[in-house]
Amino acid sequence: MATCPGCALLCDDIEVIVENNMIKETKNACRRGAARIKGCINRLAPSIAQKPSDLESAIRKAAEILRNAKSPMLFGWSNSTCEAQAKGIQLAKKLGAVIDDTSSFCQGLLIEKFLQKKFRTCTLEEVRNNADILVYWGSDAQDSEPRHLSRFSYFPRGESRQRGYEEDRIAIAIDVRESNTAKICKGHFYRIQPKGDREFILALIDALSGKVPAYEPKKILELASILKKAEFGVIFAGIGLTYSIKDDFDILVLLADKIPNFHIMPMVGHYNMRGFNENLFRETGFVNRVKFDGKVVHDNKYSIVEAFQEKSIDALLIVGSDPLSSLPRSLIRHLTSIPVICIDPCVTMTSKIAAVTIPCAASGIESAGTAIRMDGKIIELSKIIGSDYLADEELLTRLMGAL
Amino acid sequence: MVTVMELYQLLPKTNCKICGESTCMAFSVALLGRKKNISDCTPILEENFKKQKEKLESLLLPSAGAGETGMIVHPEICTGCGNCVVACPVDVANDPRGAAIGCAPTNDKVIFRVIDGKVVASNIKECRRFGKNKVLCYACIDPCPTGAIEFV
Repeated sequence: MATCPGCALLCDDIEVIVENNMIKETKNACRRGAARIKGCINRLAPSIAQKPSDLESAIRKAAEILRNAKSPMLFGWSNSTCEAQAKGIQLAKKLGAVIDDTSSFCQGLLIEKFLQKKFRTCTLEEVRNNADILVYWGSDAQDSEPRHLSRFSYFPRGESRQRGYEEDRIAIAIDVRESNTAKICKGHFYRIQPKGDREFILALIDALSGKVPAYEPKKILELASILKKAEFGVIFAGIGLTYSIKDDFDILVLLADKIPNFHIMPMVGHYNMRGFNENLFRETGFVNRVKFDGKVVHDNKYSIVEAFQEKSIDALLIVGSDPLSSLPRSLIRHLTSIPVICIDPCVTMTSKIAAVTIPCAASGIESAGTAIRMDGKIIELSKIIGSDYLADEELLTRLMGAL
Repeated sequence: MVTVMELYQLLPKTNCKICGESTCMAFSVALLGRKKNISDCTPILEENFKKQKEKLESLLLPSAGAGETGMIVHPEICTGCGNCVVACPVDVANDPRGAAIGCAPTNDKVIFRVIDGKVVASNIKECRRFGKNKVLCYACIDPCPTGAIEFV
């Protein structure tokens, strides 16, 4: 059995058929996971200034760029193993660099609250065995983590939920559009306006307190009566909810306090984003946006988005991420004006403009390690096939040596 | 999916009984249920019905790959989420410690499996829509948000 590094569910029941050190077939992995396990067609090759090079020269050049930079940033990490992330944090300390990951424009805020123990949470196994009310809020689990509903939340039979989705569970979707998850929730889909989550939460708090809510009273009272009956409820908080209430997270804490049998779980996309958040939190007390400047400094200006806006960084090391394809065009202009070092198994948009490219093994497929699932459980990643490429952890060790 | 009326409209509507059915309407029901072929209706093979015959063939083409229960899985729109694997009552009964609890199937008795990120149906004779005591089960169609499974 192998573990799939396709998303933060880290499914560990995948069968992979290998022939001549090539992946021939995958069983039980969803389409997203199967594509990830089968790997990319265009493997990255070592290069300096878009010219082919050898690995050692590329590492030396990368070390030179980082050494000469006044304010370097280390970014990515969500697609690396915990071991590589720990090495990355060490590297940032050594360089006095800024370190940030994709969670600064994703679920970082929410995960920080979890690590600070602001919410009651649970594991996915507990969800499978006990959960009767499932609320997918601002999250399209069906598309983002395709096996979420079938493996853990809605469809499976659990110890206390022997009749599964047919009678024992109710799935509710709260979203701005009728996503594929909302289609499964059928009669329990609550459509809200974009940025309408705050209003919806306040109305729900009113309804749970016995008041008549000002906003859509009939629907909210109906939802409140379902939530009140929960023996073990879970709110799967997606990025839609996080983005909408990021300035006022306390109202979500307030809502969680109103419904005693409810738990909140962050819906994480990248397979080890939570791993980076936990590793950095253990070291610094913050989940992202940190600068090692003699001491630990945490500020919004150390997020990749702010750094690009303020043009405050002069070199960028990217490990396993592709900001050029995921960030807005207005922001990435600065990316093209500074030296970029890209460590990745595949050719990406970012690697095409990088000053130095260093290929690595695909973690969880060509190299082993550990990762942290979206609920905080540590999962072992096994090596499925052999490869000549070095793991990102090993490359970062060499890079530190070259410094 | 094509309806009986759509097929009927394209037939000669003479109720000639050559096909063995009592009416053209009965023939179109048999055609949709894959109990009869277009070639069983000899009048439609004539030159003046050429266009209708071509239209009939194009309408019946999507169901050509259907199994014995009439199940068609569209691999191009399947996301491999496995909802059908876990929701299928036959899978639950045959694999209570695997597919029933959301894990990978532990034996070969299950109907649905996810291979290379797409669902593949096997053991089709176990399907509740098959055989003498068949029931109109929708357990695999309802949980599929993309509509990748259908019965014809």
